[in-house]
Amino acid sequence: MSVKTITTNEVAKKVVNNEETTILDVRNTDEFDDWKIEGGKIDVINEPYFNLLDGIEDVEDKLGKDQEIIVVCAKGGSSQMVAEMFDEAGFTDVYSLEGGMKAWSEHLEPTKIADLTGGGSLYQFVRLGKGCLSYFIESDGEAALVDANRMIDIYEKFAEEKGVQIKHLIDTHLHADHISGGRSLAEKVGGTYNLPPKDATEVTFEYRPLEEGNNIVVGNTTVKVEPLYSPGHTIGSTSLIIDDQYLLTGDILFVESIGRPDLAGKAEDWVGDLRNTLYKRYKELSDDLIVLPAHYSFSSELGEVGQVSARLGELYDKNAGLQVEDEEKFRSMVTDNLPPQPNAYEEIRKTNMGKVIPDNEEQRDMEIGPNRCAVHG
Amino acid sequence: MESNKVLDAKGLACPMPIVKTKKSIQELNSGEVLEVHATDKGAKSDIAAWVKSGGHELLQDTEEDGVLKFWIKKA
Repeated sequence: MSVKTITTNEVAKKVVNNEETTILDVRNTDEFDDWKIEGGKIDVINEPYFNLLDGIEDVEDKLGKDQEIIVVCAKGGSSQMVAEMFDEAGFTDVYSLEGGMKAWSEHLEPTKIADLTGGGSLYQFVRLGKGCLSYFIESDGEAALVDANRMIDIYEKFAEEKGVQIKHLIDTHLHADHISGGRSLAEKVGGTYNLPPKDATEVTFEYRPLEEGNNIVVGNTTVKVEPLYSPGHTIGSTSLIIDDQYLLTGDILFVESIGRPDLAGKAEDWVGDLRNTLYKRYKELSDDLIVLPAHYSFSSELGEVGQVSARLGELYDKNAGLQVEDEEKFRSMVTDNLPPQPNAYEEIRKTNMGKVIPDNEEQRDMEIGPNRCAVHG
Repeated sequence: MESNKVLDAKGLACPMPIVKTKKSIQELNSGEVLEVHATDKGAKSDIAAWVKSGGHELLQDTEEDGVLKFWIKKA
């Protein structure tokens, strides 16, 4: 007997379309508490599969026989077994998520953010399973990609559909939570990989320095990508102003939180830079810039069409990390309450420097779990 | 470490390592020790959580050359 399956793509549509969806997550409770499918109108319950081996009575009563239920596990094996048990018990609308949380971690959902000068457009790719955001800027047959994930074929396909060629790959900083696809995609399409030089002191490959004054132009029109040095999350962290309207903040400023300064060095050393960037450098910019960060942590940060963005002026009013006038208080907020570090973050940094080359399966395992790049004030 | 029975669950993907572990432990007497060998990485946290929820005791676990080994004392 075969049980019905559902793809990560279909689940992602349910999240961004705010469809009422019930998920039964059968991973062990520690893993569930650490990281789960969230957002939209997702209702998720957890019951480890090994508690259901003798029967599903314990959870059966919480669910309706005609209700749509999506069973989720780590890789798709246990969810299939549990879905079959439900099917045998007379449940009619039960699905197993293909590939489980591992596949969910790799799903990217593109959302159009805006039209740009001269017919260009800006897209945000939301990695719902991990909270990573990457950006695709296209104009006049060319494209630039910012903070690309490891799953480069998704961007390649997207570029193909839009009929544009990816020319510029940009990382706002050396990432510690996910493996960058920037360098490998640059090699594949013959594009240029741009990285802030201060984050690139140990890298083993050639790159173009992402520095102030070194603007990037996408297409023949003038979609300008303007680097702005904004250290704090890493020493090299560089923001980008796109088309004079959009501020890509990398991992410095998020919608409901701010970046953490400890993933590549010592929090104590970089907290001053972080404060200077958030309380001085960004303050000199127009309040009307639309902030587009490289991450989000909470499903509440997802907007109506599943996008993550906010006006800079609004963040100065509302984001808790921007309201701490006292420098000492800011310092202790950022250094005393640091969340656990992301899974395998040191190995991920080494991979992004080109120092180690894990195989594909190892790379997938290294990225499992939430991003944890933020400090919540 | 001594065991009363060895279960080879190498090469099996989740949920089979736990399904087989559960079956094997049912064949043991209380206080006896089951040794499990597995290669599925997910087994590590799943076996620990399953042992706890079943009231058994995880005496030791090791990882060598990609093989995870567990010694479980039956409750």
